[in-house]
Amino acid sequence: MANPIQELIAKRAAQELREGEVINLGIGIPTLVSKYVEDKKVFFHTENGMLGVEDVLEEKMDPNLVNAGKQPVGEGVGSSFFNSADSFGMIRGGHIDVAILGVLQVDREAHIANWAVPGKNIIGVGGAMDLLEGAKKVIVTTTHTSKDGKSKIMKECTYPITSNRSVDMIITELAVFRYLDGNLHLTELMPGVRLEEVEKNTEAEFIKSLE
Amino acid sequence: MMTTMEIFKTEKEALATVQSNQTIMVGGFGLVGAPLTLIDALVELNVKDLTIISNNLGEQGKGLGKLLLQKKVKKAIGSYFTSNRDVGEAYQRGELEIELMPQGTLAESIRAGGAGIGGYYTKTSVGTDLAKGKEIKVIDGEEYVFEKALKADVAIIRAHKADTLGNLIYYKTARNFNPIMATAAQYVVAEVDEIVEVGQLKSDEIVTPHLFVDGVIVAKKVLTKEGVVDNG
Repeated sequence: MANPIQELIAKRAAQELREGEVINLGIGIPTLVSKYVEDKKVFFHTENGMLGVEDVLEEKMDPNLVNAGKQPVGEGVGSSFFNSADSFGMIRGGHIDVAILGVLQVDREAHIANWAVPGKNIIGVGGAMDLLEGAKKVIVTTTHTSKDGKSKIMKECTYPITSNRSVDMIITELAVFRYLDGNLHLTELMPGVRLEEVEKNTEAEFIKSLE
Repeated sequence: MMTTMEIFKTEKEALATVQSNQTIMVGGFGLVGAPLTLIDALVELNVKDLTIISNNLGEQGKGLGKLLLQKKVKKAIGSYFTSNRDVGEAYQRGELEIELMPQGTLAESIRAGGAGIGGYYTKTSVGTDLAKGKEIKVIDGEEYVFEKALKADVAIIRAHKADTLGNLIYYKTARNFNPIMATAAQYVVAEVDEIVEVGQLKSDEIVTPHLFVDGVIVAKKVLTKEGVVDNG
């Protein structure tokens, strides 16, 4: 069942994509972004070894054709398959235009934490650190607060960070932030959201730069 | 010593040389592209203290997850163990060593191991917990972390087709780690859907040339939409 908050965030993220770009989508909300690219011709890369990922109809699903979230996908015209070293060479070598990732936390310097929770059995990093290091632009899509209502946009991450690199943009169901000149800028309120709601739910300080 | 490629009838024969304390690479991303028949055979072997290099350690009670429950794994090297809860629990109890690596570092270290490279510098993981204790080098003003190459005694991999020389081709995203693992182990066995005569695979389409491959076997377990089933 589609979750309307997640769909809203994914739809907004899709607006950031430009014709011809090579995009890598993380697990969770990022995976939904492909539904909203409309007529734009973009190329989806998945780190398990494919360029040209498309959505697939149920009757055409193939268990050996999956994305990084292990969900069945389809192959577009001109798609290609490659091994894991080549795939991460594309990522680490700077050949991916945009990575869209989920997070557990993001701090005021736009560092993200999305791979480990101290004391819990989350021992998986996958391709997160590689994407942060190599993608030309990184967009975070996340709910604004965690399930217990705490802001995910914090002064400092309490979980281990994924990279020294700051992300470029944060999209939540309440707002859009951009990281520019060492500061988080609130550049957009999502439809129907008031500034006070964003202020109340954001722990990190930010500059109001609403367009 | 010159060795010829063997076409094995049974998976037991294929893994006859595997011993305790060895390092074993296992292809696959989850179950996709995993050598399911050879993994089951590995589980049956009377060996212990294995080091397993694989992106994941199977799923709970499945594939390599079975090997873990039998306490035959001393150390796991991979990028994503969250999906098998048993891994975290064995680790917390001190029964299992884990070396967690970014997926790209895992892949590149295997590639390097197969290409005679001792190690290399990468920007991935600089400034994070995974770079702790590792050498940092500044190259052209940017920090890089040193990563050592990975090699193994044995690699068990999954391919689509082999010819009788041992040349391999792969199927869609079941390729993943398999071609690079084929290069980085002393002894390499590939599990395939079909073994064809030499000449039936086009030279242009061969991904793993036969010099990397020591043995092949036809898969007895395959991944379908309904899950893992017996082949044929």
